Amino acid sequence: MSTLVIAEHDNESLSPATLNAMAAAQALGADIDILVAGAGCSAAAEAAAAIGGVGKVLCADNAVYGNQLAENVSLLIAEVAAPYDNIVAAATTNGKNIMPRVAALLDVAQISDVIAVESADTFKRPIYAGNVIATVQSSDAKKVITVRTTAFDPAPADGGSASVEAVDAVHDAGLSEFISQEIAQSDRPELTAAPIVISGGRGMQNGENFKMLEGIADKLGAAIGASRAAVDAGFVPNDMQVGQTGKIVAPDLYIAVGISGAIQHLAGMKDSKTIVAINKDDDAPIFQVADYGLVADLFTALPELESKL
Amino acid sequence: MKVLVAVKRVVDYNVKVRAKADGTDVDLNNVKMSINPFCEIAVEEAVRLKEAGVATEIVAVSIGEKACQEQIRTALALGADRGIQVETEGGVEPLVVAKLLKGVIDKEEPQLVILGKQSIDGDNNQTGQMLAALANMAQGTFASVVEVDGDRLKVTREIDGGLQTLSLSLPAIITTDLRLNEPRYASLPNIMKAKKKPLDVLTPGDLGVEVSKHLTLVKVEPPAERKAGIKVEDVDQLVDKLKNEAKVIG
Ligand SMILES: Cc1cc2nc3c(=O)[nH]c(=O)nc-3n(C[C@H](O)[C@H](O)[C@H](O)COP(=O)(O)OP(=O)(O)OC[C@H]3O[C@@H](n4cnc5c(N)ncnc54)[C@H](O)[C@@H]3O)c2cc1C
Repeated sequence: MSTLVIAEHDNESLSPATLNAMAAAQALGADIDILVAGAGCSAAAEAAAAIGGVGKVLCADNAVYGNQLAENVSLLIAEVAAPYDNIVAAATTNGKNIMPRVAALLDVAQISDVIAVESADTFKRPIYAGNVIATVQSSDAKKVITVRTTAFDPAPADGGSASVEAVDAVHDAGLSEFISQEIAQSDRPELTAAPIVISGGRGMQNGENFKMLEGIADKLGAAIGASRAAVDAGFVPNDMQVGQTGKIVAPDLYIAVGISGAIQHLAGMKDSKTIVAINKDDDAPIFQVADYGLVADLFTALPELESKL
Repeated sequence: MKVLVAVKRVVDYNVKVRAKADGTDVDLNNVKMSINPFCEIAVEEAVRLKEAGVATEIVAVSIGEKACQEQIRTALALGADRGIQVETEGGVEPLVVAKLLKGVIDKEEPQLVILGKQSIDGDNNQTGQMLAALANMAQGTFASVVEVDGDRLKVTREIDGGLQTLSLSLPAIITTDLRLNEPRYASLPNIMKAKKKPLDVLTPGDLGVEVSKHLTLVKVEPPAERKAGIKVEDVDQLVDKLKNEAKVIG
C-alpha cells in the first residue's frame, strides 16, 4: 500500500495544512510520498523532503502549475497517481478545488473532510453542518481524500531526508488563466492554526469596532475570525469567516463576541477546547456550547477585558 | 448564451438534523425540505445574467426522486425558463450526479453551468469540480463575482487567504459562494407562472449513465457532546477562570 500526499505551499515553504494531511496519511499506515507541484518550488520540495517518514518527494516544477490552476494540477495528479492507493490532501480551498477534479478523472469517489481514519478503507466525516458524524466505507481501489486539518495534529516537519525526484509531465489544459490575487497580510497567526481565536459577529455593528478585538488579539497572540453575518455586512473580509461553509477552527480558546451561535457557525468552532461567549442576549444559542458565558454588552465588556489581560 | 443551473433538494438550513437511534442514517421524517441555499444563489446569478441580456435561456436541472420537482419549480419561480428532472431512487453520490449532469450538458450544450459550491446535507463540495473534469471545462469554484467578458468569463473566487481572480474559457462551470449575490424571493404571480413552465423527466438510462456506488454508509452518530458550561458574573471572573481553571491564558 502507498499514499501520495499533495503538498500545499507557496513555492517557498509548506503550509501547515500539509503536515496535518501528512498525519492523516500516516494513520492510513502505508508508505508515503509527497507531490510538490508549483513553479520555482524547489525550496518547498526541500521542506517536504525534511518531513519525517516521507519516502520520496515528487517535484513538478513548471510555470503551468504556478498558480495551482485546478485544470492543470488535476491532470498532473491523475497521471502521477497511477501507482498509489491513496491520494491525500488537506481540505483547504485549494484541496477542495482540485481533489474532486482528480477523483472524477480517476473515476472514483472523493471523500471530503475526513476527521478520522478507521481503517484503510473506512473513514469518519461530518455531515449536516457537523450535527452528524458519518462513517463511510470506500470500495474504490484508489481513494481520493481531503482531510479536515483540525482533526489531525500536525506531523513533525523534520526528521526526514527523502530524495527529491523531478516530474517532467507538463499539463496545460489551456482552459483557465490566473489574473490576480488579493491575499490578506497579517502579523497575526493563521486562523486555522492559531491557539487562540477571537471572533466577532453582527453584534460588532461595523468594521471599525473590530479594532476592539484586535487589541485583545494582540495581547493574547490570537487570530481574528468572524461570523457570516459580519462578513456579508462587509465588516471584515471573507477569509475570516468561521463556519460550515467558511473555515473550520479548533483552537485551545475560542472567544465568540456578538455571535448568536447559528448551527452553521457552530459547525466551524465547536471542537475548540474552551469556548467563551460574550453576548447581551441571555438566551443566545451560543451559550449552549460555551464553557464560560458572559451576558454583557460587548461595548463595555471588551475594553474591560483588554485592560484586565 | 444558454445557462444550466443545478438545484438540489435538501433539509432546510434551519433544521438541526439528528442521527436515527439505530445509527443507520439521519432522521428525515417530517423534516422541512428546501432548495439548497447555494443552489438558490446559483439560480439568482443565472437570472441576473438573463436580466443583463447575457443569458438567453435558463434551464434548471435537479437529480433525485419526484419530490425534487418542487425545487425545480422554485427555480422556475425565481426566473428559470424550463426544468429537467433526472429521476433517481434516493440520493446518488456526487460522482454520479456529475456524470448525469454531464449527460445533460451533452444534450443541452449550455455555455455556462452554475452550481452551488456545496450542499448543506452531505457538505461534500465536489460536484461542480467533478463535472468540470468530466466535461473538460474550466472551473471557477467558490465564486463571489462573475463577469462575462467577451468569449471568456472573469471569476473572483473566495480562497483561504483572500480573493483570487481567474479568466476562464467558455463553456465553463461555476460554483457559488455566499457572497455572489443575495437571492430574491419568488413573487406569487411568478410562483403561479412557474407551474406552467415545461419540466421534462429523464432517466439515467436516457443519458447513458450507470448509477454506480463507490461508498457505503456504515453508520451515523451524533458528534461528541460538549459539557454544559457556566455563566460568569463579570469580566474579572472570566479572566480568573481562563487563567486558573481552563489554563488557556497566561
Ligand atoms: C448556506 C448557509 C451557510 C452559512 N454558513 C455560515 C458560516 O460558515 N459561518 C457563519 O457564521 N454563519 C453561516 N451562516 C449564517 C448563519 O445561519 C447565521 O445567520 C450567522 O452565523 C449569524 O451571524 P451572527 O451570529 O453574527 O449574527 P446574529 O445571528 O444576528 O447574532 C448577533 C448576536 O449579537 C448579539 N449582540 C448584538 N449586539 C450586542 C452587544 N452590543 N453586545 C453583546 N452582544 C450583542 C445579539 O444578541 C446576537 O446574539 C450560513 C447560513 C446559510 C444559509
